[in-house]
Amino acid sequence: MLRYLVRRILLLMVTLLITSAFIFALTQVIPGDVPRLILGRDAPPQAVEDLRERLGLNQPVPQQYINWLMGFVTGDWGTSFTGGSAPIRPLVMERLGNSMRLALLTLIISVPISIALGVIAGLFENTWIDSLISILTLSVVGLPEFVTGLILINVFALGFGWLPASATAPSTASVGDWLRQLILPALSASFVLMAYVVRMTRAGIIDELKKPYVRTAILKGVPQRQVITRHVLRNALLPTITVIAVSFGWLIGGLVVIENVFSFPGLGRLMTNAVERKDIPLMQAVVMVTIFFFAIANLAADLLYALLNPRIRLE
Amino acid sequence: MSGPYISPMSTETSPPARRPSALSTAIRQLTSRPLTLIGALIVIVFVGLALFGPSIAPYRYDTIIRGAARMPPSAEYLFGTDRLGRDIFSRVLWGARDIIVLPTVTTILSVIFGAAIGLTLGYIGGWLDDVVSRALDSLLAIPALILALVMLGTIGSSAVGIIVVVVILYTPIVARVVRAATLSLRTSGYIDAAKLRGEATTYILFRELLPGVLPALLVEASLRFTYAIFLTASLGFLGLGVQPPSPDWGRMVNEARDSFAQTPWALWFPAGAIALLVIGVNLLSDGLRRIFRYEGQLG
Amino acid sequence: MTPIIQAEHLYLDYKLNDQWVNALHDVSLIINPLEIHGLVGESGSGKSTLALALMNYLAPNARISKGSVLFDGTDLGTQSPRDMRGIWGRLISLVPQDSLAALNPSQRVGDQIAEVTHLHEGLSVKAARVQAIEMLRRVKIANPEGTAKRYPHELSGGMQQRVTIAMALSTRPRLLILDEPTTALDVTTQAVIIDLFRELIHDNQAAALYVSHNLGLVAQLCDRVTVLYGGEVMASAPVADIFQRPIHPYTISLLASLPRLTEGTETRLPTIEGTAPSLTGRPRGCVFASRCPVALPLCHEQKPPLEQIEGERWVKCHRWREMDSGELMIDTAPKADVSAAPPHASYVLTAEDMRKAFGKPSLLDRLTMRQPKVVRAVDGVSLRLLERSTLGLVGESGSGKTTLARLIVGLETADSGTMELLHVHLPNKLDQRTPELLRGLQMIFQNPNDTLNPYQTVGAQIARTLKRLGDRSLSREQIKARVVELLQAVRLPADYANRYSSELSGGEKQRVAIARAFSTHPALVLADEPTSSLDVSVQSVILNLLKDLRTQQGASYLLISHDLNVVSYLADWIAVMYLGEVVEEGPPAVVYTAPSHPYTEALVSAIPTPDPTAQDKRIRLEGDLPVELPTGCRFHTRCPRKIGAICETDVPPYREAGAGHMIRCHIPVDELARLQQSLPETT
Repeated sequence: MLRYLVRRILLLMVTLLITSAFIFALTQVIPGDVPRLILGRDAPPQAVEDLRERLGLNQPVPQQYINWLMGFVTGDWGTSFTGGSAPIRPLVMERLGNSMRLALLTLIISVPISIALGVIAGLFENTWIDSLISILTLSVVGLPEFVTGLILINVFALGFGWLPASATAPSTASVGDWLRQLILPALSASFVLMAYVVRMTRAGIIDELKKPYVRTAILKGVPQRQVITRHVLRNALLPTITVIAVSFGWLIGGLVVIENVFSFPGLGRLMTNAVERKDIPLMQAVVMVTIFFFAIANLAADLLYALLNPRIRLE
Repeated sequence: MSGPYISPMSTETSPPARRPSALSTAIRQLTSRPLTLIGALIVIVFVGLALFGPSIAPYRYDTIIRGAARMPPSAEYLFGTDRLGRDIFSRVLWGARDIIVLPTVTTILSVIFGAAIGLTLGYIGGWLDDVVSRALDSLLAIPALILALVMLGTIGSSAVGIIVVVVILYTPIVARVVRAATLSLRTSGYIDAAKLRGEATTYILFRELLPGVLPALLVEASLRFTYAIFLTASLGFLGLGVQPPSPDWGRMVNEARDSFAQTPWALWFPAGAIALLVIGVNLLSDGLRRIFRYEGQLG
Repeated sequence: MTPIIQAEHLYLDYKLNDQWVNALHDVSLIINPLEIHGLVGESGSGKSTLALALMNYLAPNARISKGSVLFDGTDLGTQSPRDMRGIWGRLISLVPQDSLAALNPSQRVGDQIAEVTHLHEGLSVKAARVQAIEMLRRVKIANPEGTAKRYPHELSGGMQQRVTIAMALSTRPRLLILDEPTTALDVTTQAVIIDLFRELIHDNQAAALYVSHNLGLVAQLCDRVTVLYGGEVMASAPVADIFQRPIHPYTISLLASLPRLTEGTETRLPTIEGTAPSLTGRPRGCVFASRCPVALPLCHEQKPPLEQIEGERWVKCHRWREMDSGELMIDTAPKADVSAAPPHASYVLTAEDMRKAFGKPSLLDRLTMRQPKVVRAVDGVSLRLLERSTLGLVGESGSGKTTLARLIVGLETADSGTMELLHVHLPNKLDQRTPELLRGLQMIFQNPNDTLNPYQTVGAQIARTLKRLGDRSLSREQIKARVVELLQAVRLPADYANRYSSELSGGEKQRVAIARAFSTHPALVLADEPTSSLDVSVQSVILNLLKDLRTQQGASYLLISHDLNVVSYLADWIAVMYLGEVVEEGPPAVVYTAPSHPYTEALVSAIPTPDPTAQDKRIRLEGDLPVELPTGCRFHTRCPRKIGAICETDVPPYREAGAGHMIRCHIPVDELARLQQSLPETT
């Protein structure tokens, strides 16, 4: 187990190295004259030169990359170009906290529902229940987030007035308020996730039911319900569980659209702000945090899979 | 609940004299599912709009009709007009082109590149596969929309930019699917037989392996198309789509939010168009998945 | 005496493409208490379907349209699902085919066994676990406590099969249904498992239905046998009657088409021509009539009844009286192969000291400090093959025989070793071989289902080989003509050129593969288990075809098979491999008789003979192939004739035991001969 863990962590490092180099190239090398890009065409040459100096852009590219990467590792994430040169790390950390809350609530809402729907659809393959669940996941749930988000706002916020349409309340608000404003964004994120998880679960159940060991269990005299709960489910849900673990990474930072629809102060919203203002250090920081969580989620998914699936050798 | 199915067919009984071709079987299966058929019809209608939309549209997408701002839907302005007085029906018709053409182009390109890379990696294997697969996996370790934002944010947004970005995002996904399918075929006897008659690698890749990979590729292509529409619309919504004043449905939705209270129709019609298109593509793609029994990739 | 199972005029249908097709037709069958009843048939005969139908277990697309199954006097068709759950696993147990797939992959095997007694005998979970360990001990698993905690994939095939039988027997059922339980196992493991079945079934006072396509196994194990063909019972009788005085033409032909060790290479096997009818086209008359050598017009018109002859014999044939009285005979004597030509005195292939190891660390492994397991699949093998001869390569799976063949054709690149084809240097790397060398070496693969590209016509695939390696000057028409010629050489109609492989049966696919291999006029054809996935009646056709082509084309074969009978039918030289090494070689007759390597001896004695009176030699190999390469003699961990420490420490000599007959063993040849004259006592 330890060997396996070490191996996976080493692989994670490799992945992070490659992706960080890619992001670095994308944000700092390809765009060309970054200081000019930031300050605009009319900026005085002196200001451009100062910024170039400050960003360390006079150094050779590999050196720049190493400095940049070391900065991230040691916690020096630089300062934002806009908003009065605020230090980036506290800002990102605060947004990260918000994003994690949203991600968590999304999982809590979507996972039980989508697994249940997927299992039911799989068990009743090709019946009207299966068709109904398909239509639901393909049409209602499978829409772009801004469409579902706007519908939710119109129904629950503007229509019934039950929930706030945006999530801009300060984090000092009471837990109740704070949960209320999370519900709609979490619901639209759940829809996106559900579309996929229901499908995976359904396919997993159908595949598993065809396997000979199910017949073995039936012919041992095991009651139908126990055949499902004790034999089929564990094997059928393995891929689903890993998908859920991976999606946690996607929920952090990947909810750009939803956070925009609901003005939710998460990493995704921070990202769009950074892109709009061409705030390159902020962009880099958000992307690196997102990638880090994505990679960690992938690692967690692998470990979970290995742990739950005795067929994977932990060597 | 369906139990395990025990096939009564044997390998040694005489097979049917003539088997209908795989394609016609697939088409029959597709059309025999009403949901899939509905999906196909929706997609066909939208493709038609992309081709002929501008010629049916009563106005140009940027024509500002004097004195007709904020008109609700009526016989004259089917979908109403926006706060500037532009005909929304015309804008939706014009906008169909980008939302169909961009995803189509990106899907075709990423399928071609992905198939070539995946076949090569899966068949040749070895250190090349080790290195390239790891690099592709790393690229997949960045959420698509974030990467698209970074790339479009730095190189600036344009139709070509969107195509380049989405192709970079989707090629590794297609490659991974094709690689897995290739791995399961490369040990087949017929591949060994081809090697033993001294076939070149390209012949083996594209003549022997590619046909066997096609079902997975087709399903994956339909999924890529769905997600490309999703992504293109989302980028438009975030303001990184095709630049104004060209009528991007995502952007139209976003712009209509500010004046939602006065002109709700300006939001609902483009949003509805996106929703309908996505549903159609989803239904069609689901039909393909069920026929080929393959689930595809997330993202 | 109430029979355990009494099936009366059973009809079973499957729904395929919205159409009911008839899979079992008027099947009647009786299994008496304490009887081991064999159910034999080729693939598609409906034997597995029948076995499950007797348990009242139907696929969701199946129905019993007529007839009934009585279990101990109770009509199973009238039982509720709840009642069936009380019967399944308690009174009737299944030992399934493919035990790995039949066990839950994510549950410990001990718990899977315990579930049965927990469910049916009300044992607490803890008591059921203890009982499971006891069951594992009874199926002779060495470390039952440890094994109970393992997952199925961690056990070898033989161990998995023991687990399924432990599970099936843990409630002392009245009836065991064994559905091809040893098909996936090596012949040496199979022999051990069959011994175990015999012992346990008798100890448990159970009746058993043993489903198999292997006539030899049935002869060795069963008391009575029912022969199924095309979903109908052809004959049913005590085992001695079936094998020694068969009266149904199908049974007679089937038994005759089996190759046997005693058969020389100068003969041809009698065959059953044609293919079995498909489910959708059940003939009006006798289902076997289309392939029957003695069918009358009546046979095509009218189905014969299943008639009871004296005692316990049933037969379904219009002409059984003539067969029984001896008026009508089916000529089943092997024909002398007049055209057999002796091998030439020069070598078609020489291979010296071939080596190949798998599992070298990849780049990723090196980066992440992983040490993969290295397997020395072929470890210093030398071979010489005379022109126009056939070398048979035998050994269990894991012996390295397939890898050796792939090294020779170049599909794997040897780590070291030198080869010559017709005295021309044969590079180890495939891409360094000239077209002449490629032309000279062709291969027939094991699995008929992936040997042909499913997306190209049969003709296109043969034509492509001709274009690549044949005479460049051939025109399109000439190539077309040659394809037809090749198809005819493998006895396929010319219009098969336009077919796709999905339109061919397994045997037909393998014939196309043979035609493709011979299209280049090869000097040497390597055949890797060419008939192992085919039915007996199809196998004999393919074997005869291979024999004919060898004579006509003057080619040599390197024939790989786990089936010594098949090898002895074609080979004039045999090499026995164990763990990457050749342990014995020589002419078949010499290798199969004493003195021989103890491993060869065990292989030969594990072959089930299709003769119930044959004396069982009872040399059994315990244990599995070792994972780590043993020191000294590689076979010492399983050798029944191990003589002492020398076997563990010293590499044995490769000694001559006659003209070209070589044995790799510490026991001197004379001593081996003396030991093997007398059978060892039962262990």
